[in-house]
Amino acid sequence: MSRHPATVVGDRGCRPDAVDRRIIAATQAGLPLTARPYDAVAERLGLPAAEVRRRLRYMMACGVIRRIALVPNHYRLGYRANAMSVWDLPDTRIHDLGQRVAALPFVSHCYHRRRQPPIWPYNLFAMVHGHNRDETEAMVDAIADLLGEAVRGRAVLYSSRILKKTGLRLPAPAALSLE
Amino acid sequence: MDAIDRLIVDRLQSDFPITQQPFADVAAELGLTEDELIDRIDGLLSADTASRFGPLYNVERMGGAFMLCALSAPEAEFDQIAAVVNSFPEVAHNYAREHGLNMWFVLAAETPQRIDEVTREIETASGCQVYSFPKEEEFCVHLRLKP
Repeated sequence: MSRHPATVVGDRGCRPDAVDRRIIAATQAGLPLTARPYDAVAERLGLPAAEVRRRLRYMMACGVIRRIALVPNHYRLGYRANAMSVWDLPDTRIHDLGQRVAALPFVSHCYHRRRQPPIWPYNLFAMVHGHNRDETEAMVDAIADLLGEAVRGRAVLYSSRILKKTGLRLPAPAALSLE
Repeated sequence: MDAIDRLIVDRLQSDFPITQQPFADVAAELGLTEDELIDRIDGLLSADTASRFGPLYNVERMGGAFMLCALSAPEAEFDQIAAVVNSFPEVAHNYAREHGLNMWFVLAAETPQRIDEVTREIETASGCQVYSFPKEEEFCVHLRLKP
């Protein structure tokens, strides 16, 4: 089988430094539920609270932090029909079409990924979440309508079980020697 | 989940402020007290209605490497193969999906080289061919689930 290089995205100007990494390590499992959560993080790390807040704002502006939020459990909110819809689109049109699919309000993730011919002709991945399969099918149909005649093939893969979900974690700061 | 929980889940799917007393700020917007908001968030997390609360990091911006992978596990050996795959610390999530390729997982490692090594190690340990789906482009999304 062919091997592809893994995705690597890096921007030197936004690359977290050693102090940022300590803040990341201290907060990636969550913020403390106290009135002054950033002060609590700062105290743990022996940093001024204002610096912790400033660095968090900077990481947010750089996109190192996507958002600071409460992440709901899809299943608990009643979203039980979670599917990965995949589409075979012409490579020349995927940038434009991918952006339009991502703008649909019910699409949570949308990626252009490399195909694996012959078993996998699909190059656009769009995750959709419905309360039930009828609702999810209607979302997939809406994507199909938007894509129109550009669609050469499609499949819908429902998730039937979560086998593991630890989340993407930064290795312990001591283990990081990426420079 | 009552109306107040729904209000909180809806408000906090993004934009938690970076201020001295952020809970007080959000509570004021929602017409709650600071203590009430903190207790509610604690309750939502304890009940697993929310899976986490805090900054969501884009780990790719930190120089790591990631790969979406899939394999086709024979039904009879599915659980055994899932256990083998999950035993690798580089496997961040793993989902069973209804398709010929019935197991989909994300690898996270410090380097692309390590991704390739782990991919080969999983193939050897599971006896299954592992297909990799490198990301060419991520399209920006802003999902807000209605609670």
